[in-house]
Amino acid sequence: MKISFTINGQDQTVEVADPYTPLLWVVRDILDLKGTKFGCGKAACGACTLHVNGEAVRSCSYAVKFAEGAQVTTIEGLGTKENPHPVQQAWKDQVVPQCGYCQPGFMMATAALLEKIPNPTDEDIDQNIINVCRCGTYYRMRKAIHQAAELANNSTKE
Amino acid sequence: MAGKKKISRRKFLVRGGLGTVGVMAVGTVLFRNPLRRTIMDFAETAPPMYSGSGTEPQLWFELTKDNKVLFHSPKVEMGQGSFTSFAQMIADEMHLRMDQVEVIAAETATGVVDGLSTGGSLSVAGLWQPLRELAATMRMMLIKEAASQSGQEVSSLTAEEGYVTAGNQSWSYAEIASKVEKWEVPHTPELKELKSYKHIGKPVPRVDLDAKVFGDPIFGLDAQKEGMVHAAVIRPSVVGAKYKSYTSTGVESMPGFVQVVEGENWVAVLADSYPEALMAETKLEVEWDIPKKWSEEDLQDMLQVGKGKRMITQKEGSALDDDEEGVVSLSFSSPMGAHAQIEPNGALAYFDDKGLTVVLSTQVPGITRTQLSDAMDMKEEQINVVPTFLGGGFGRRLDTSHAIIAAQLAKAAGKPVKYQFSRKEEFQHDTFRPPTYHTVKGKLNAEGYLDSLEHHYASGDVSANSAIALANTATKILGTDIGAMRGGNVMYNGIPNHRAVQWHTTLPFATSWWRSLGLLANTFAIESFVDEMALKAKKNPVEFRTQVLGDEGMHGRLKKVIERAAEVGAYSDTFTNGRAMGFAASTDTNVPSAHVVEVSIEEGQIVVHKVTCVLDCGVAVNPDQVRAQCEGSIIMGMSASLFERMTLRDGELFPTIYGPYRMALMKHAPKEIVVDLVQGADIPLPVGEPPLGPIAAAIGNAIRRLTGERLTDIPLQENLDQLLA
Ligand code: FES
Ligand code: FES
Repeated sequence: MKISFTINGQDQTVEVADPYTPLLWVVRDILDLKGTKFGCGKAACGACTLHVNGEAVRSCSYAVKFAEGAQVTTIEGLGTKENPHPVQQAWKDQVVPQCGYCQPGFMMATAALLEKIPNPTDEDIDQNIINVCRCGTYYRMRKAIHQAAELANNSTKE
Repeated sequence: MAGKKKISRRKFLVRGGLGTVGVMAVGTVLFRNPLRRTIMDFAETAPPMYSGSGTEPQLWFELTKDNKVLFHSPKVEMGQGSFTSFAQMIADEMHLRMDQVEVIAAETATGVVDGLSTGGSLSVAGLWQPLRELAATMRMMLIKEAASQSGQEVSSLTAEEGYVTAGNQSWSYAEIASKVEKWEVPHTPELKELKSYKHIGKPVPRVDLDAKVFGDPIFGLDAQKEGMVHAAVIRPSVVGAKYKSYTSTGVESMPGFVQVVEGENWVAVLADSYPEALMAETKLEVEWDIPKKWSEEDLQDMLQVGKGKRMITQKEGSALDDDEEGVVSLSFSSPMGAHAQIEPNGALAYFDDKGLTVVLSTQVPGITRTQLSDAMDMKEEQINVVPTFLGGGFGRRLDTSHAIIAAQLAKAAGKPVKYQFSRKEEFQHDTFRPPTYHTVKGKLNAEGYLDSLEHHYASGDVSANSAIALANTATKILGTDIGAMRGGNVMYNGIPNHRAVQWHTTLPFATSWWRSLGLLANTFAIESFVDEMALKAKKNPVEFRTQVLGDEGMHGRLKKVIERAAEVGAYSDTFTNGRAMGFAASTDTNVPSAHVVEVSIEEGQIVVHKVTCVLDCGVAVNPDQVRAQCEGSIIMGMSASLFERMTLRDGELFPTIYGPYRMALMKHAPKEIVVDLVQGADIPLPVGEPPLGPIAAAIGNAIRRLTGERLTDIPLQENLDQLLA
């Protein structure tokens, strides 16, 4: 079965035998975008978070067929080293990552949160950012989320 | 210290023109601590050994055409930030900018890999002296070469930012190296003074920051190879079960199916993609031989103070007589814990004309290769282990037996094979932090200070029987599990009578190193008890501790850290706004640490608002990353202290997924963490584990003040739930 969608601004058509194949594996192994991570495969850790039409989605538990016609964004399409997304800039400024494995998922979840709540309170962050980081970088992430909100708001004001 | 020894000139092996411009390589370097100290000291503080193990002269440094230095690190990067510290050390002694140094993990075929492991928080501490000496020596080599190439005096040349300059002439390091036929190796020059370093001691950003913020494919599970197939491996869910046979219920007709492979205690399905392998796997019915279904009760039966192998790990003054008046005794426990690192284990394996290559996240590339060599009946020279960045280590990557499965699959398939664990497999085939049981006893003297303190601790294997134990003779000599011992001894030397006794039992499944090993549970037991005695004596818990600490050496450093923590954290026995403070300290691998926590209970839930952590880790090569390690240790330690627990249910290890395996999330992380660093030594000391020590005890001590109840069992939230029920 053929499924077409836009990923990081590019049109793609993929061929899968099973339309229920998790989007995660299509992204990682067919489209070779390895920034989206496999952590649990059961929607329990958030390492695989990406955006489908702007919504944060745990792609390990999201059938590729639902992406038909959608706009998909992965960490590779969030920003670039030359032109980072405010979330990525804040993550760099706060030096958030340790092992780094969970980080793309958290950054994608944060970027989606900021679209909905441009100035999240600590409470908003606690309720919405529910991925798992084993290295325990939550403390810096919280600072980075507040900073990213500021960066994003400043840039829209300009 | 090992650090005083200079690298011998004979060990320098330098070659030129091997594809890159001037390859500088160093042969086998073995740093071994003079065994002057007592064997117990050695066990607690021994630096790891390095061994070159490739067929080629081992490569530490490469100078590349674009005038950068590529450092092939014998230590892997698992988040601890050591690659950044290495780059700082090299940049400072080679006179380079940070962006001129790149660090990668050494492969076993060409690089120098660690003879033991990356672990014990020793990466930066262990390479502190040799790495700076190598870098300084190379700077001198380049200057000497530039002098002879240009016919100038060495003394008239300076080296800065990758260029050697004489008056208005200058040459890049790469340019100089490209003209070298044969290097002359000078004596190691004097290293610079700490205060004159430009990079060391500064909070420079991590060198792997961009890769990790923009999603570069740097992890073990990101590896791939043309033509590879994917494996889903079925392993026993029941502890101790043995594979018998499988029946296919139509696996052959599943999309993408390649083949079924049977192994020693597993059966695998290979398919074109990983989801196809997972789907096909459901079409196998596997029969297991189950000799016994282990239960929690069985474990508790085996593991107890008073059972298993007894070993006195510390002894001073006389033993306590239980019947004596005034003797207080309390029991504590901690459960089995999972590593739960977010990147599952796995490996990519393939054969080519050079032999076998295995790419994976490993803390032990050298041991991984030895084990592959044994299992595959191949020479070590035919095997290349390529370590990647690790999506979390914490001790889980010390066991890499799955590398063997991947290699066997690649052999059977005649194709590259990528094997990744399912999360259930990860939880059930972890090398767990063993459960522990503790009895702590003590007695006050007439002034109300501790006169006697005894810690009895029962633990499953930590370092005994682990992969690195094989290489670690200390374990065998001692008959003690040195991992279980971490934090188990009494650190208050002013208590006239103190002792520690280990009761060691091997459990029916693998237990091993988990960040800080026995430290968290041992400190929980001892420091909870000390706190209880301070209350009994009606003394301030800070003064109650410092009173029984000497001023010299390790004890003096601990005393300073305790005093400093009380000051920075403004420790007080009274509480405000429903919050109480808790105090605890620990000592691990010569690094004292003390925490002050501010805790409240909201709707029955333990909330940690603020943690103040004081750590004396000697020289902080990168103070920002030392802080990051403290923050991470505190949060990971909180997670284990408050929530985590693995259990046995009907013979199976459970839970098998995040969520049911309850862990700290964003909402549990303290809103405020204050890290204060004390420099009580002039070398870097371990950082990644010691600050994890005090957290459980500190929280328990705060809860005691809030509720009057003493929590004695980790996970503390569960313990509190029972008390409130
Ligand atoms: S891998 Fe998707 S949530 Fe864990
Ligand atoms: S940075 Fe390692 S799991 Fe989050």
